[in-house]
Amino acid sequence: MAILSIQNLCVSFQENMAVKNVSMDITEKKVTAIMGPSGCGKTTVLRSINRLHELSAHARVAGRVILRGEDLYALDAMLVRRRIGMVFQRPNPFPTMSIYDNVAAGYLLNGLRLDRRELDALVESSLRAAALWDEVKDSLRKRGTFLSGGQQQRLCIARALALRPEIMLLDEPTSALDPKAAASIEELIVRLKDSVTILLVTHNIAQASRVSDFTAFMYLGELVEFGLSAKMFTAPGDKRTEEYLTGKFG
Amino acid sequence: MLWSLQSRENIFQRALYGSAFLVVAILILFFLTLLFKSFSAVWSNGWGFFTGVVWDPLAGVYGAFPLLLGTLLTSALSLLLSLPFALSIALFLGEFFRKGLFSAALRSSIELLAGIPSVVYGFWALFILVPLIRRLEILLGVVPLGVGVLAAVLVLAIMIIPYAAALSAEVIKLVPQDIREAAYSLGATRYEVIRRVIMPYARSGFFAGILLALGRALGETMAVTMVIGNATKMPSSLFDTGNTMASLIANELAEATDPLYVASLTQVGLLLFGVSALISLAGKYIVRKYSVEI
Amino acid sequence: MRGAVYSRQIMDKIFFSLVCFFSCLSVLPLILILGYLLVKGLSALNWRFFVRLPQPLGEAGGGIANALGGSLLLLGTAFALAVPLGLLVGIYLSENRKSRLAGYARLSVEILQGIPSIVIGMVIYSWLVLPLKSFSALAGGAALGLMMLPVIVRAAEETLKLIPSALKEASLALGVPYYRTILRVITPAGLSGIVTGILLALARVAGETAPLLFTAFGNPFWSFHLGRPVESLPHLIFYYATSPYEEWHRLAWGASFVLVAGVLFLNVSAKLLTRRWRVQF
Repeated sequence: MAILSIQNLCVSFQENMAVKNVSMDITEKKVTAIMGPSGCGKTTVLRSINRLHELSAHARVAGRVILRGEDLYALDAMLVRRRIGMVFQRPNPFPTMSIYDNVAAGYLLNGLRLDRRELDALVESSLRAAALWDEVKDSLRKRGTFLSGGQQQRLCIARALALRPEIMLLDEPTSALDPKAAASIEELIVRLKDSVTILLVTHNIAQASRVSDFTAFMYLGELVEFGLSAKMFTAPGDKRTEEYLTGKFG
Repeated sequence: MLWSLQSRENIFQRALYGSAFLVVAILILFFLTLLFKSFSAVWSNGWGFFTGVVWDPLAGVYGAFPLLLGTLLTSALSLLLSLPFALSIALFLGEFFRKGLFSAALRSSIELLAGIPSVVYGFWALFILVPLIRRLEILLGVVPLGVGVLAAVLVLAIMIIPYAAALSAEVIKLVPQDIREAAYSLGATRYEVIRRVIMPYARSGFFAGILLALGRALGETMAVTMVIGNATKMPSSLFDTGNTMASLIANELAEATDPLYVASLTQVGLLLFGVSALISLAGKYIVRKYSVEI
Repeated sequence: MRGAVYSRQIMDKIFFSLVCFFSCLSVLPLILILGYLLVKGLSALNWRFFVRLPQPLGEAGGGIANALGGSLLLLGTAFALAVPLGLLVGIYLSENRKSRLAGYARLSVEILQGIPSIVIGMVIYSWLVLPLKSFSALAGGAALGLMMLPVIVRAAEETLKLIPSALKEASLALGVPYYRTILRVITPAGLSGIVTGILLALARVAGETAPLLFTAFGNPFWSFHLGRPVESLPHLIFYYATSPYEEWHRLAWGASFVLVAGVLFLNVSAKLLTRRWRVQF
């Protein structure tokens, strides 16, 4: 069942058309990967879902993004973002906050009040879900920036999970990490899909094939092919997809 | 809830925008205040303000030439005097001893000098420097006033050394290491590298630094007013008393009652404002034009 | 050929000696000034010096309590006026780097910074003293605040500019409103730089006399009233230093020592702050 539906999405920055008429349906509690060479518009698609593209003054968007039947562009951007979790390329924990506060940041910063016990439980369950609890449970009051890169990224995942998002957007979450840390994040992604829908942007073909149920291939702002990963990686339907998968470009 | 969020967002955006606007407005208002308050003087003094050598509020004559001269003289001489010191310190910190105990000690003392309030400089000069000058004057056979242009120049020079030195040291540090190394590899001595490579490279930066130091010297009030003697006349020699624009305002504004007197003093302030604004703009222009492109 | 190399090396040596000579010589005034402050200033200090008001001429044991209190009042007023405005402008400039208003505001700040302090005093005099018909702590604080403003704006802008945009995106992606993102994520991350800037700004104006001459004026008595004239340390030094009385000179030396120590303290704490309290991204 489709939880998120992108319909005829076009995004342009000044004269430059970054995303051209992309439509796709994201299935609930599955991992969907968007892959493609750098500059193909995959990150832009992701950022226009939680409306982070609005940060750049020149971005223009046409088309619709529907989350559980609601048009996201008709809602308040802040409320949209609270329903959608996002994890970025580089781990970006809040440097002035403790590990605990980082996980609870979505509540603390938004002024949403929870009582102490509720918050404690939430922090613990989020950290457990992000497979970080055992490593940090004795140092919750320490700054998040003292963790290793892979741990920081899992902290950021926990921070996003704490708001109980309906969908998680991961923007090349392992590209700034060493291979071992990247592997642990990949494992985590596979485990998480039991509880949350994941949309993953990656330029790493192997990663997409390892973790995703569905894969979209984008090239020059267009959605070239979209379907079951099992099919795409064995018998691609488009010549460009085949060339990309066999390393002819990108 | 949604509405209040939106409105808080708007209030914040407006506060940001408004505060930036306020800063611009303050400056414009600042300028207009000086302009309006001095308008009658500009009208009545005419060109005589710039050329007249007599400043006599009792007679209603306001010729500011002695002030212009006094300001320019003290600033230029003190700048000239401080230059070798400032450059030496800059080279010392930026080229010869970049790290280590020596440079740390010198850097701290320079920062300390920069932090001493101008009134303390003036006080010190009045009680230490002026008696020394008086002794010198007796030795030379001129009227032993002690206070005067020379005292002002000396104390000003001491005050702007740290300022000019800090700016120049920054400039020298900006010279890329590979240019230096290229010159050394050709067998140049340190002196030659400094003269032929570093100085030409850093020239515009130095110039901007000197300009900003000049701006500082022009506007300096307290230390000067305490030792220059405050006589609004043409100084006949370095040992004679004189006056500067800033020092004149400090001395006379509180007592001025005649509207034209107040307006003339404001005109002096307007002139000071104009010169300092020009210097800021020129300094900014030079820095932007020459250091960013490198 | 060898002769040429030799003379070049001599030249090099001479130049190096000159640089060292001038550098060392420029420390001399500092030693002289600090030496006099220590000798003459310290001897004027005792507990009465800090807690008593100036005594009538001829009576010993006067203090500078009114100037200490006044200086604090003036700095507090300047702080209250300049810090919120400076912070907001700094945030605006770092958030809207290329807007036209930002260009004008940056230019204004630059010019404000270069205006001689006496001219600032003069303008505040016609803004706040003439209409209210009295010298006042408020006017003095406003003059000092106007001098603090550019320092704070620049410190805030420079610091906030360096904060990675990833941090802002992380906060916004959690659905945190823009104003909370700036106030609770971005500003705290740059707090050490901003606080340093504020301390340096305070140090800069704490010793200023010229802008106080026609604003705060001076007052031989206690006053914590914003609408009345107040004494301040630098003004007291000026007033006493230029008086003909030995006893007042002694007070001025003591006050100079206290003032320089205070300014030094602010500068050193600013420096320690930048070194110790660094936010790691």
